[in-house]
Amino acid sequence: MKREGKIQVWKDYQKEIADDHYFYVRSCIRQNFFPGSEQTFLRILRSELGKDIYENPHHTTCSGIGYHSDVVPFDTIQTIVARQFALMTEAGYKNLAVSCITSFGIYGEIIETWKEFPDELEKIRNYLKKATGREFEIPQNVAHASDIVYKFREDIANKQKFPLINQQTGKPLKIVEHIGCHYSKMFPDKGVGGAEFPNVLVGMIESWGGEVVDYPERRHCCGFGFRQYLVMSNRGYSVSNSRKKFESMEPYKPDAILCNCPGCPMFMDRWQYVIEEMEGKTYGESGQGIPVLTYEELAGLVLGYDPWDLGLQMHQTNCEPLLDKMGIQYDASLKYAGKDGKLIGKPMMVGCGDLEM
Amino acid sequence: MELYLELSKDIRFAEGLKSCMNCGICTAICPAAEFYDYGPRIIAGIVQSKDEKRIEELLKSETIWYCGECMSCKTRCPRGNTPGLIIMALRSLSQELGFFTESEKGRQQLAIKRTVGENVVYKGYCVLPESLIPELHPELGPVGEWIYENSEEVYKRVGANYKGDGEGALRKIPQESLDEIYRIFEITGGFDRFDKIEHFSKIKAETMGFSEGEDDYSDYVNHIFTTNNGKHNRQYFHSHAKL
Ligand code: SF4
Ligand code: SF4
Repeated sequence: MKREGKIQVWKDYQKEIADDHYFYVRSCIRQNFFPGSEQTFLRILRSELGKDIYENPHHTTCSGIGYHSDVVPFDTIQTIVARQFALMTEAGYKNLAVSCITSFGIYGEIIETWKEFPDELEKIRNYLKKATGREFEIPQNVAHASDIVYKFREDIANKQKFPLINQQTGKPLKIVEHIGCHYSKMFPDKGVGGAEFPNVLVGMIESWGGEVVDYPERRHCCGFGFRQYLVMSNRGYSVSNSRKKFESMEPYKPDAILCNCPGCPMFMDRWQYVIEEMEGKTYGESGQGIPVLTYEELAGLVLGYDPWDLGLQMHQTNCEPLLDKMGIQYDASLKYAGKDGKLIGKPMMVGCGDLEM
Repeated sequence: MELYLELSKDIRFAEGLKSCMNCGICTAICPAAEFYDYGPRIIAGIVQSKDEKRIEELLKSETIWYCGECMSCKTRCPRGNTPGLIIMALRSLSQELGFFTESEKGRQQLAIKRTVGENVVYKGYCVLPESLIPELHPELGPVGEWIYENSEEVYKRVGANYKGDGEGALRKIPQESLDEIYRIFEITGGFDRFDKIEHFSKIKAETMGFSEGEDDYSDYVNHIFTTNNGKHNRQYFHSHAKL
């Protein structure tokens, strides 16, 4: 194939990611389970990369979990999303930075719908005007927060204190990644590498010195399934799908699982604990489970941030095996401290298996 | 009412079903089809047949509630269909007509409305730390319990602004913004959906022997949140199917 032809082919898998001046919208799940990750993302952008990222306290949930569990109608979520765009427009921003993959998928779905059905866009403009008096522009650029970390991965690598190298063996750490279904399965051209070659996490892992390990169920859903997790009697669906992934990755002995989505790391972290409780099966080499990280947490570790500032104490599956391999020093006695080192109780049990604290 | 006609008014339906050749690729990749007695190929086939009787059966069935809306089927369908979107249109219509109360899985919509749905309108979040009650979420483990019991300190430690004013994770959403979300729900049919879920669920609760009690059918909500008749899975289906 001629060079031009090749360039054309790969264009389909590349994505334009804005360089600066972002309007930030938060994730419900991230805020509940990994708030330290959002904090770390803002810290990296502002203090390491010198970028302008603005958050308006008036923005709300996009209502995506309600939409995908079918209690929030399409017109309603479209108008809530239009309101987020209005806040962005009013603040003078054009680039949206989205902390959540469910939201990211929804922004993509709605913008595509408006392109294909212009009447729908008009209807939503009217709804928003009537409900709030606001008007909006469609963002020029919509990036998932991981797209932005991916874009600046080399800048992060240049400042790294702890590369993804096993300090005991000198070899790259083996990391499996999980992209999250709504990142690029719905609109492949909206994600880095599309649905076929999703490169967003691969790029980070490789730039920071690690090795990406492929495994058969790499692209399988984590099993959130919205209503399949939200309702207690459906959760078998959720744990079974995660289990399928653990079984598939286990023979490759990964040092960590890296996730793109807010929900996936929570499920992969907690379901390892549940499987241990239910079946006595522990994944991971040392019988401690496989540490599960968000990409913000991984970036923070590479940059040398305190693991408890990142919020690793909020994981059930211990991350210490990974910290030890990376050669990161940490104060175990402060792991479960509150703000300003205040001592609050500790969890009854941490990790998978009966590791006493 | 012509059900196919109603479905085709939903934009997600127009997007989701172009023409299905029944190849089954969607079923091969579907995580729900591995776990439940479910196949997106069959759903696409039934709807495409425009057979009103079969569509009505579908709207009253357990089947339409098995999908996880992961949209993995969208990437792979050679005809550009998205069974997950067809499912969303079917679920909307099933709730509109009250058919959702005819199945165990469909009845769960009331529990989701009362938790996630009401959080969205009244709190501005889908989920909040105070809704992660350990008894309802044993899977969150001892660490989840520790977070729940020490929430203010734990969230503060990692830089969140839990219940605080101004920006930050888990900040309190200002009342004027919640008022805007409320009006959006009024104008766009969000509350109509909520009212229908409540209305049809209450009728069903009564016929199942539950009463309103002091707590707005909370016994019924507990029942639908925790009941599983054990007949939904693929394994069950294969060992009990009449050949
Ligand atoms: S993959 Fe597409 S064409 Fe094939 S059965 Fe599924 S919906 Fe029909
Ligand atoms: S969206 Fe639903 S039908 Fe499609 S692959 Fe996911 S679970 Fe299966």
